[in-house]
Amino acid sequence: MEPGEIHALLGENGAGKSTLMNVLYGLYQPDEGEILVDGEPLKLRGPSDAISAGIGMVHQHFMLVPVFTVTENIMLGAEQIRGGISGFLDRRRARREVVEVSERYGLRVDPDAVIEDLPVGIQQRVEIVKALTRDVDLLILDEPTAVLTPQETEELLTVMRSLKAAGKSIVFITHKLGEVKAIADRITVIRRGKTVGTASPEASRDELAALMVGRNVRLTVEKATAKPGKPVLEIAGLVVDDDRQIRAVDGIDLTVHAGEVLGVAGVQGNGQTELIEAIMGLRPTLAGSVTLDGESIDGWTTKRVLRAGVGYVPEDRSVDGLVKEFSVAENLVLDIYDRPPFAGGLALKPEAIATSAKQRIEQFDVRTSSADMPVGTLSGGNQQKVIVARELSRPLKLFIAAQPTRGVDVGSIEFIHSQVIHERDIGTAVLVVSSELDEVLGLADRVAVMYRGRIIGIVSPDTPREEIGLLMAGITPEAAAEQAGGDATSTEPPGNEDEA
Amino acid sequence: MSEQQSSPDKEPASKAQAAQESLGNTERAEDATTPQAGPATATPGGTPEPKPSLGRLFVANLWAANTVTVTVLSLVLAIVVGAILMIISDPEVLSTYSYITARPSDALNSSWTLVSEAYANLFKGSVFDPEAFSGWLNGTNGWQAVLAPISETLTYTAPLVFTGLSVALAFRGGLFNIGGQGQATLGVVLAALAGFALPLPPGLHLLVAVLAGALGGAIWGFIPGILKARTGAHEVIITIMLNYIGTYLLTWLIVQNGVQDPNRTDAISKAVDPSAQLPRLLGDNLRVHAGILLAVLATWAVAWLLNRSTLGFELRAVGANPDAARTAGISVARTFVLIMVFAGLLSGLGGANMVLGSTASALTPLVVAQIGFDGILVALLGRLKPWGVALAALLFGALQAGGNRMQSYSGISLELVTVLQALIVIFIAAPALVKAIFQLRAARAARLQTSLAKGW
Repeated sequence: MEPGEIHALLGENGAGKSTLMNVLYGLYQPDEGEILVDGEPLKLRGPSDAISAGIGMVHQHFMLVPVFTVTENIMLGAEQIRGGISGFLDRRRARREVVEVSERYGLRVDPDAVIEDLPVGIQQRVEIVKALTRDVDLLILDEPTAVLTPQETEELLTVMRSLKAAGKSIVFITHKLGEVKAIADRITVIRRGKTVGTASPEASRDELAALMVGRNVRLTVEKATAKPGKPVLEIAGLVVDDDRQIRAVDGIDLTVHAGEVLGVAGVQGNGQTELIEAIMGLRPTLAGSVTLDGESIDGWTTKRVLRAGVGYVPEDRSVDGLVKEFSVAENLVLDIYDRPPFAGGLALKPEAIATSAKQRIEQFDVRTSSADMPVGTLSGGNQQKVIVARELSRPLKLFIAAQPTRGVDVGSIEFIHSQVIHERDIGTAVLVVSSELDEVLGLADRVAVMYRGRIIGIVSPDTPREEIGLLMAGITPEAAAEQAGGDATSTEPPGNEDEA
Repeated sequence: MSEQQSSPDKEPASKAQAAQESLGNTERAEDATTPQAGPATATPGGTPEPKPSLGRLFVANLWAANTVTVTVLSLVLAIVVGAILMIISDPEVLSTYSYITARPSDALNSSWTLVSEAYANLFKGSVFDPEAFSGWLNGTNGWQAVLAPISETLTYTAPLVFTGLSVALAFRGGLFNIGGQGQATLGVVLAALAGFALPLPPGLHLLVAVLAGALGGAIWGFIPGILKARTGAHEVIITIMLNYIGTYLLTWLIVQNGVQDPNRTDAISKAVDPSAQLPRLLGDNLRVHAGILLAVLATWAVAWLLNRSTLGFELRAVGANPDAARTAGISVARTFVLIMVFAGLLSGLGGANMVLGSTASALTPLVVAQIGFDGILVALLGRLKPWGVALAALLFGALQAGGNRMQSYSGISLELVTVLQALIVIFIAAPALVKAIFQLRAARAARLQTSLAKGW
């Protein structure tokens, strides 16, 4: 590492990136080899050693106390004491320090805000400020963009650039190729615990991807033209509130046909989650109707919706998708455990559950040592495959996949995408919601862009990304045309599917 | 599928995983024995494991072996602390310590005599009394005397099995049922009322009385269940309050006309008809009754319910991750209600045992004893597994039975048994504390592990 360098550590999930960095941060002891800082070998017994050696780390999952303020979180572990009397915290000095650091690096945070009220992107910023107040020279960012919206990602990249300008070195761990190319000075690709290559940011995406996974990966989804059939899911005038009773879905009309993939694009938090939960019967609808195959499903329980032939991959697999303590086999029947052949009357049929688990583990390439392993011990990609396997192994009319590949390695992404397309090809209506625009554009036959609880436009996936990006920001072609003052001559209205 | 690769990049994690797994084993369900996971499976045919440090291996193995090891160690520790308490609380023995430097033998001998006799009596009162056995061989007493300790132990065990199962079942569903006491109280009340107020033929009468007890508990469990499901009221608070209401309902009810024994002025109800009493298993001189058989049956039923039934699946899913359960179409509210109804039903059966068995045959303010609260300890000691709970109840039953003899023969107060029970549970809980500290390391390791394992 050079001072003032952004070094990207690229690798498939499970390649050993995080382990390496945890060793560097003193959380894990090396079995062999040594770490050199300024030519000196360094022995790290814990994170405090790392911090005093000038190494700071921002974890993938934030280490913040939700009910504390920004200042309190930052002073935590390095409390300032007033007047040398222990027990008296010098909040004012800590606050001043926070303000000073955040101004110096252009990291705007409100020092008095309570963490749980802040959006994820700002929380991450707090983590970075926290590291910076400890005077670190080397900052490790472990998958920092996994939880961020595209906007927040952009802001983070700006922050990283300014830190770099201030002479800080950054190790940027990720498996997203686009970000690496955008920011890194040097790229090290890790695979299976070994460095497989160092590349410059000029290397093409395909080259990097191939280095990462060790074979050529399709970045685009191969698929035949869709043959849409009759409408399966029809949504009319749907209105839904979020948990805070704030309008999240504000009058949506949407139709998904058999044999097509409708992709919903949009910056996260524009009502996508609530829309899907409303369809699934997980959230009450305030107005409007949802029709499945000609039958109104308003007010149905989740169980009834699932039974009616809807498959659902929830966006947060660890919260909503899986019971981590349960075995893989049990998770594979989580929503059909009480149906034949898995149960007869009140009794479960463990043999049937085991047999079907075995088949599906094989069919969906779930890498686990046994079907009896708790699903929490599997990797993210394999956990996601368990959910996909569960949902796709019964006959479906409608398949809803929310963020189907979030936090999933490239190999698994490819597999899951092919499964989605396969489901479409056998005539299921598919609704994909993702905050990854690449994913939506790759999978979808039609793209609905959601903005502030409304569908702001339905476009073809061949629409230029810039135009969809504008839509995601709430700017329709008409509005854009108005802004451009008649200059934009040939802007198409939304919904028109042919595009230059 | 062709490349079901081993994962050579995982070895740093596998140690951690081993630790994790063995930790998990202590807590996990009935099938805790099945996942022979650990490092071996984590790297199937992969590169050789780096040697884990001895300390870590030791700890991992200790946990892997744990349940039995820890329980036995806790018992031993509790017995040691109990011995110290006995010595301290006996003025005569304690006085010998004032000149321990001059004549240590006095102090040691008197302490040893006191403690060894006390524990011998504890054993004789609960398991086996050699004097009774030789008496039987010589013909000075009947065979009943030989079985008396066991009979006493089983008599105390039966109700604890029910309340222990009640708490354990709720726990597995993610609910903390502190209300075993109140549910058992209602069970006692309804069972007794059915027992002396309903003129029914033998057999049917017993059945109705037992079911009435179960119903009483189920109602008392349903209330917190439905309140939690409908309003989100916390079950701990509701069940504690219902304990009070149950207790005072009992004391009020006893002195009402038609309930109170007309020949008595003190607070005692009419006696349960003999036709509604649980039959004694070993003749009239021994107290053990059919309640213990019901307890075994209940243990089997709860084990089946938890592990082999759709309801148990729902219950465990809701207990482990209510969000995922809801998303998978399981009605969390309904499951909460069902859990509490079943938990209440079990405690109610425990209550029925107290008044339909041989412990008492009429309602008194103290008829329920502490079985509801003891049930919490029993459930924890039994690690929330049905058969574990049954064994824990057996241990507690033995301590209680032996404690009676210890009190009358060695003059050690019965409360010491309560202290012993508490100590055992504390020592069982202490490893959990140690584990919590250990978990900090495991959590780090787990982070590594998850990030490592993702591509696997």
